[in-house]
This record gives sequence, C-alpha cells and structure tokens, in this order.
Amino acid sequence: MAAHLSSGRVNLTALREAGRRELREFLDKCAGSKAIVWDEYLTGPFGLIAQYSLLKEHEVEKMFTLKPGRLPQADVRNIIFFVRPRLELMDIITDNVRREDRGRSPQRDFHILFVPRRSLLCEQWLKEQGVLGSFIHREQYSLDLIPFDGDLLSMESESTFKECYLESDQTSLYHAAKGLMTLQALYGTIPQIFGKGECARHVANMMIRMKREFPGSQNSIFPVFDTLLLLDRNVDLLTPLATQLTYEGLIDEIYGIQNTYVKLPPEKFAPKKQGEGGKDLPTEPKKLQLNSAEELYAEIRDKNFNAVGSVLSKKAKIISAAFEERHHAKTVGEIKQFVSQLPHMQAARSSLANHTSIAELIKDITTSEDFFDNLTVEQEFMSGIDTDKVNNYIEDCIAQKHSLIKILRLVCLQSVCNNGLKQKVLDHYKREILQTYGYEHILTLNNLEKAGLLKLQTGGRNNYPTIRKTLRLWMDDVNEQNPNDISYVYSGYAPLSVRLAQLLARPGWRSIEEVLKMLPGPHFEERQQLPTGLQKKRQHGENRVTLVFFLGGVTYAEIAALRFLSQMEDGGTEYVIATTKLINGTTWIKSLMEKLEPAPF
Amino acid sequence: MSRARADEEEYWHSSKFRAFTFDDEDDELSQVGAEPPPRPALWGRGPTLVCAQTVFFPQLKESKRAVNSLRDIVDDDDDDLEKVSWSGEPVGSISWSIKETASSSSSSLEGRDTSLQKGSSSYAALPKQVSSYSLSSLFKGRNRLPSLPSLSDAFSDTGVKNYAPELRRPRAEYKDYSNDWSPRDTVRRMQRGKVCSLERFRSLQDKMVLLDEAVAGHDGNVITAVLIFLKRTLRREVLFRELEVRQVALCHLIHFLKETGEQKLLLDLLRFLDRTEEVALSQYREHLNIQDVEKKREFLKGCIGLPFSAEDISHIQDHYTLLERQIIIETNDRHLAMAGQSEIFRKYPRKASILNMPLVTTLFYSCFYHYTEAEGTFSSPTNLKKTFKIPDKQYVLTALAARAKLRAWEDVDALLTTKNWLGYTKKKAPIGFHRVVEILQRNNAPVQVLQEYVRLVEDVETRLNLATKYKCHDVVIDTYRDLKDRIQLMAYKCKVERGSAEEEKINSLLSNMQIRWKN
Repeated sequence: MAAHLSSGRVNLTALREAGRRELREFLDKCAGSKAIVWDEYLTGPFGLIAQYSLLKEHEVEKMFTLKPGRLPQADVRNIIFFVRPRLELMDIITDNVRREDRGRSPQRDFHILFVPRRSLLCEQWLKEQGVLGSFIHREQYSLDLIPFDGDLLSMESESTFKECYLESDQTSLYHAAKGLMTLQALYGTIPQIFGKGECARHVANMMIRMKREFPGSQNSIFPVFDTLLLLDRNVDLLTPLATQLTYEGLIDEIYGIQNTYVKLPPEKFAPKKQGEGGKDLPTEPKKLQLNSAEELYAEIRDKNFNAVGSVLSKKAKIISAAFEERHHAKTVGEIKQFVSQLPHMQAARSSLANHTSIAELIKDITTSEDFFDNLTVEQEFMSGIDTDKVNNYIEDCIAQKHSLIKILRLVCLQSVCNNGLKQKVLDHYKREILQTYGYEHILTLNNLEKAGLLKLQTGGRNNYPTIRKTLRLWMDDVNEQNPNDISYVYSGYAPLSVRLAQLLARPGWRSIEEVLKMLPGPHFEERQQLPTGLQKKRQHGENRVTLVFFLGGVTYAEIAALRFLSQMEDGGTEYVIATTKLINGTTWIKSLMEKLEPAPF
Repeated sequence: MSRARADEEEYWHSSKFRAFTFDDEDDELSQVGAEPPPRPALWGRGPTLVCAQTVFFPQLKESKRAVNSLRDIVDDDDDDLEKVSWSGEPVGSISWSIKETASSSSSSLEGRDTSLQKGSSSYAALPKQVSSYSLSSLFKGRNRLPSLPSLSDAFSDTGVKNYAPELRRPRAEYKDYSNDWSPRDTVRRMQRGKVCSLERFRSLQDKMVLLDEAVAGHDGNVITAVLIFLKRTLRREVLFRELEVRQVALCHLIHFLKETGEQKLLLDLLRFLDRTEEVALSQYREHLNIQDVEKKREFLKGCIGLPFSAEDISHIQDHYTLLERQIIIETNDRHLAMAGQSEIFRKYPRKASILNMPLVTTLFYSCFYHYTEAEGTFSSPTNLKKTFKIPDKQYVLTALAARAKLRAWEDVDALLTTKNWLGYTKKKAPIGFHRVVEILQRNNAPVQVLQEYVRLVEDVETRLNLATKYKCHDVVIDTYRDLKDRIQLMAYKCKVERGSAEEEKINSLLSNMQIRWKN
C-alpha cells in the first residue's frame, strides 16, 4: 500500500518509516495492554502513517474517540490520549480522568501523546484542573510532514494561515522548520534556499539557527534535494480563490478531499448485482481513497476536466480489448494466463467505473448555469475586466442568498484583482452582506481585511495589471487537451505561485525584480554549506529536484501545475511539494471566518 | 456571452441523477444521444475568450458502455476488490478500527450507532490483494505470477523493507539536571519539552532576557509558557509596558488571553495599547455567547458607545435596532399565533421565531405576515425599509418574493406600478423584469400573470427565451410580429395547440397584407 510513496523522484517511504518507528517506541514505553483515545481530527493523518495492525502488534486492544463523560470499560493496563495541544481537548480529558473509577482494579494508567508538539500551556491547564499528576508519560509525537503521495507532503495544520496572518502566532512556522530539519536529516542538507514572504524569511532563519545550534544535525547523507523554495501564501492570495478546473481540484471543490479520502453521494455507486437493483440504494456516502497508487487516477488527476473524458474512453477501449483476448485463448496455457490476469483486469475495470461515475457527478455541476456564470465572473476579474465596480452577478447571488462563502470568495477575488476595492464598492458589498446574512459577520469581514483578502484601494493605484502582464498570469490561447502552459489548470489563469517557481528555475528571479517588489514580503536566497565530499556533480541531462514549501496552504490545481512543470521534457526541474495544509477557496475562507454560534433552532 | 442556452438549461436541470448501474446503457445512452449536444465548452471564457471544443460527453458514454459490456465476463464481486466496509473506510485503517474496537466493547455502546458494526463480517478477510500491476502492463499478456502484498504486511517485515536512517538526537541532552541554566539553555530545554523551573529568573532584566530568548526561538509553546510565568510574577502595568516594545510576544499574549477567555485582562491590555477598534470588536464578539435575547439586546445597546471605526458603527447600531425590533414583533406575533384568530398565522403557521435573523429575512417575514400594516407600526415593511434605509432594489426583491409566495398577484402588480404626477400609471422594476418573471415562475404564477411581465422584459432575445420557456404564446407571437419575422412566426405555429385562439392569431397575422415582413 505504500507503493505510491516510492514512485516519485524522492522515496518518501523513508519518512513514513521514521514516523512509524517513533510511534512504536512510544507505544512500547507503556508496558502492557493499551487503549487509545483519539482526538478525532488525528485519525485521518495517522492513517497515512500507520494502520491499526501496527498498533495492535504493540498491544493496542481498544480505540475510542475522545468525548466527555466516563471512559468505556476496557480491560487494559494503559489508557493513552492521542491529542492536538488544544485547551478544549484538555477539558474533555480532565472530565474523562475525573470520572475514572478509582476503586477499580487493576488500576489503569493514563498517558498523553501530544501531536505534533507538547504544549506547556496545555500542561499548565491540566495542572490547574488538578489532573496533571494522573499522567505517567506525557510525550510528543512530531507528526510534522506527513507523506500524502510520492511528491506531496502536508502538515495538515488547518489554522496555520489564520495564525500567521491574523494572530501573528508563528508556532506552526516553527513546526514547519522542524519538519524541514527532519527532512534534511533523512534526505541530506538542501544546499540552496530561496524564499518570498515574511513567513518564508522566518522559516529560513529558524532552519539556519537550528542547524547552528545542533551541530549534531550535520549529516553525511548525499543531498537529494537541490533547492528549497519557501513561498508565503499571502504572496499569492489570488489562486486559491479561483475555482480549480483540474479533475482532482474539482473533486476537492465539490466534495472535499480529506487525508486523500473523498466521500461521494452513493446514488451513482449502487451495487451492480442483478436482481437487487434499485431496491435498497445505499444511503451512506461512498468513500474512496485517491492517490497515485491507482494508475488511472494518477493519469487523470491533474488534467483539465475537459480532457478527462477522452482518457476515460481510451482506457475503456483498452480494457475491452483485453477482455476480448479470451476468444483467442485456445490452449490450456493461454486460458490459464488469461485467468491469472483477471483480478487485475477487474481492478482496472472497477477503477474505470468509479471515475466514470465521479466524472458524471462533476459534469452535472460544471454544466449548470450557475457554475458557468460564476466561472465567467471569476475569469473576467482575473483577466482584469470590470474589477473596479459593483458586480451584478455578485449582487444577484447575495439577493438569492447563495452560500456566504461563495460570496466572500468572489468579493475577495475582485478585491485582489483590483489591488483593493474603492471605498464606495467595498461599503456597498459590506452592507449587502451584513443585511442579508446577519450583522455578526462584521467579525468575519474584519478578519478578511486583516488578512489582506479584502481591502480598500489606497493611493488609487492598481498594480495587478502590471503583475498580470509581467508574469503572464492570463493566457488567452489555452489548450486544455494538450497543455503547453500551466494556465490550463484554471483554463486561462496561470497560478502566480507556480509562475514564481517556474521563473526561479529559468531564467531566475533577477528578471522579475520589479514585480517581486510589488508582492508582499522580502525575497531572499541562502546557501547551506556542504562538506566537499557531498557536493553534487550533476550528470548531463539530470534533472534538479526542488522542494516547494507553501506556507499557509496549497491547492490541488497548483500541485497539478507543478507536476506539469516536472514532466516537461526540457524542464530540467522536478518538484516535490510540501505545505502546511491542502486547501481550496472554501476551506480557506472558512478557516478565516469567525466561529459563530449555531442558529437557535 | 449568449443567453441562448435556455433550452439546454432546462434539459440539464430536469434530468435527474441516475445511479450508474451498468444496466441502463441502452435506454439512457440513446436517450442522451438524442438530446441537443451540450454547450460548446464547459468553461465560460469571458466575452473576449476563445472556447476550447470539447467532446467530453460522448467519451464519457463510451467508457461507460465499455465498462458495461464487461459485466458479463467478469464476476462482478467488487467486495473482493475493494475491501472497504460500506462506510468506505478501508478495512484496517485507524478510523475504521476505532469503530470496530469501540463497538465490540460492550459497555461503550450506549450512545453509539450500532450500524457501525456493519463492516465486521468482512474483517476476517483482512489480508487483501492489491494490484501492483499497471493498467498497461497487464494487458500485454506477460505471464507474471501475481505476488500479492497484503495490507497488513505493508509495514511488517515481508516484502521490501525500507530502512529509515536514524534521526539524530541533539547532543545537548546529556546535561540533565542543573539549577544554573542560562536563559538560552532554559529556552532550548523547554523547546525539547523538558520541564524547567523559571522561578530563578527574579529581576525584571533576567525575565526580559528570557522572554527575548524565547521569542528568538520562535516556538510559540515556549513563548507562551514564559508569558504565563511573567503574567504571574509581574505587575500588570510593568508587563504591558515591556510587551509594548515586543510585538511578537505581545501577539502571543493576546492570542493566549483570547484562547483562555480572560476577557477582562485582554481588554485592559488592548486599551493600554490604544488599539481601540480591536477593543470594540473584541467586546462586540461577546454577544455571540449570550443566549437570552433580552440580555443580548442590553449588551448590544452597550456596544453602541464603543470606539468602532466610522464604517462599522452604523452596522452595530443597526444590529441593536434590529434585535430590539425583532423582540417586539416576536412577542406580538407569538401571541397572535397562539390566540388563533389571525387568518394568516392559521393558514401559514410560523416555522421559527424571527429572533436573531438577518435583516433581509426579517423584511421577508414582515412582507409575508404584516404587508398591509400602516407605516406607523414597528412590524410594517415600509417602516423597516425606512429605519434601515433598505435600497429599493433589495426591498422590491424581498417583497416580491413574499407576496408571490402567497400568490397575492394584485400586490405584485401594485408593487411594480408607479404613478406619475399626472396620474398616469407605469410598470417599473428596479431589479429588471426578467428577475420578476423568474421569481413569479418559481412560485408557480399562472400564465396570464407571468405573461404580463414577460412582455415588459426589454431585451428582445431574453424576452423571446422566457416567453418560449414559459409558454406565453401571445408574447412570442407579438414579438415576432414586431420583428417582422415571418419565418419564425410560421415555425412557431406548430408549438401552439391546433384550433386555439393563438393559432388563429398567427394565421390572421400571416395573411395580413399590411405587414411588411422582412423575410
């Protein structure tokens, strides 16, 4: 099941293996049988590191989800809490521990494993509640960078963007730096570091400091990565706001991919056995894992959705032909061979069936009038049309009470594409939003302004057109079927972040100094010295490997664009992508919204 | 961008999801094939942009057909292939196992959904076969004995084992016990999760060196820990003064105070820093935690005096006024509804209380239940409109939706009629008549009503589209007549009922010699 991690240029299985070992070591510290109480958020990310059977081998007999009240009566020696360091979770743990029956025998021992970092604040909190002493082991499990795919790592820290840009809390940047140190311990020191943005600068500083402070981390591993590129999300606020148009991007936009899993409406995945058709349709959502272990998915995930149909039909022909082979099988040997291949043909067929169904589901949405209108407005904004006045479509959507997140995405997109809105326009949108969705959203609007997603145009100058032209962010002649430029992922718009990566590789950032200065935060270059023995002598024609780290989140469409660059024949660079969180416009805006109490009914 | 998509829209909207069952190829495929092709491109590219041709749908059909045709050959037991419990978790994954072990432990069942046990029967079959072949390689007919790695051995020692290099532990850990760490060492130890006593940092200067070290380490965990210590051991004014010049630490303290809910100290701090707008917003945020509406209203009243920015203050004022108004309306209407004497409340019982609803929702409510009230009452729509300066457009839209829902067509008519000073009446719709038609149609307005407003749609193409879509024959006929389009008019004849008045009208127009047709 780990095949997808080793398929890329860098074998990420080693990273996962390191994670597993650390987990085993901790489990073995708590001798005897155990039950794990899970912070539910963590089960997804942990599932990418280890499966239940690993835990079972280390005497984990029961698992529960963390919730207030009395702990279930499991007959085990140890109860271990796997939690994120959050105060509200500490309250639940406190409740659990207090209700534990002291008279029971044998007594159960309590432990806490903080993920990704032990928190003194949480321990202080537990101490104030008088339960800190109940825990024998309090440890941390540095689940910093989790391997998602052969070329993709994520910290799955959903609040990083909010913390960095709203609350100026850089703790997750510290974790990012830690994660990069781990990565360097496994894959060698990265000789070159480039970056753009305040957070990027911080992370680079921390890495250099950590290296200086722990000379022990100087290792003798031949470097796998040539370059590290650190990018702040706020250097490119535009890209996540636009609707992604790749296959994987659309699945995420519409259904939401979590820890490589997606839940789909079950109607299209009805059981196919004859006789029972139509009777009891499943009502629970269908859950599928999406990663490059599935060959068909690996092939279509990064394509523009308009190009997916032709691949599916081609695959269908291949499979049909293969099944036809059986007519030619004459000898016993030939038949045997055919039969031996059947399981794999079945797998291929089932994969094709799933993706045909998913494509149909998506098609139903992408062909709707509203999707079309929404996209038209997005594309007008991105190509610089009518960004400075109140937009009719947005007004209509507010009047029809479309989801608030959709409205906010569009308004923010307009603001970013206009380098801020005029006072009159901004006031108008604000008023309409507050009157229609409730005045309490003034808090959310304030957050968006603080993060720079929504702002007042100051100085009366809009520099977006300059940025757009210099970086060629809008391409009129886009080819969705056989792309020749990254702009295919948004059917015209080339993601700014990826353009920066592309220009860094060739011809270098010196050519775009002017534009870099218009984007927020410093840009910089650092070099990390390597012992002479480890300096790379590049073979002719060998590609460089660049790790691009998105601080504050990355979208699937941006990943697709980087993969496209990796595959370009004369590209010369292959990319591995790391991020604090996989995001799309909706999840991103949501993370910035003020948590409001649910309506009273 | 052309709006001529109406017909297709209708089709795509009316076609329902159907389960992709592999059995429906013939009927569904031929049916789809007969429909007009989908719009040329999936993506709109804005007015100036080209459209990439797509042949997506036929291809999707093709792959579907192929998949279908295979079902005869392949024993269709997908369970063997996917090994997921129906909830979709792969068997053996952590979240799946939580459900498993939890539901098998007898005492923990109380609140749990027993349906979670569903997957258990397939549990025994845990080792699963995963295809390690690529699609293309397996069709080349190479005779490879399949080696089938199982889920459970992905980490055990069978197969290729991945040796991860040992992560080096920093050297500094040998020095485990001492009372005399420098601020820097203390911070480093804390970063590694070791417990340290901070009590020995007594002087203000020592404490600040410690804080600066913590900030330089960037670990929020340590910074917060030091701040907790400082908060406990320093006078408030001193702490505030020192933090004023240490922005990073300051942000962490603010975040910490928010998180732990120490609202009073937080406000003191923000006031000290003169960050008045933040004080205001932070205080306003508190209203979200107040359940009781009376208390909430009092609280919001108190917020009005806070130092908000000039743009925000009017919204806060409105928020208060709205809640105040809602409380009055709610008390009244609950009473009315209970007494059971008001017809409107009997006929259309209220689904929920109006408290805490947005302004536009409140306006809708008032247009629905209190439309005819005089401007003097708090619940009348006109009063709301005035008090909150609701723009015309917004008002008409909301009132229209409410009256149409009640099928009060005369009200709709009155709403859209204006009189000039000479007493002539004229129809006017600030939202555009196409939107009026949309709203009426959604509320199943009869053709006679609909027709009147379709006729008023200014853009000819939109008008024709709407008229055709909603079968307002008269409007279609008149429009073609005005366009002098004989061919279209003739073509339309087959869309009206034979022998109907409309057909007669078309015939008489076509034979009218006075019209100078353009074709």
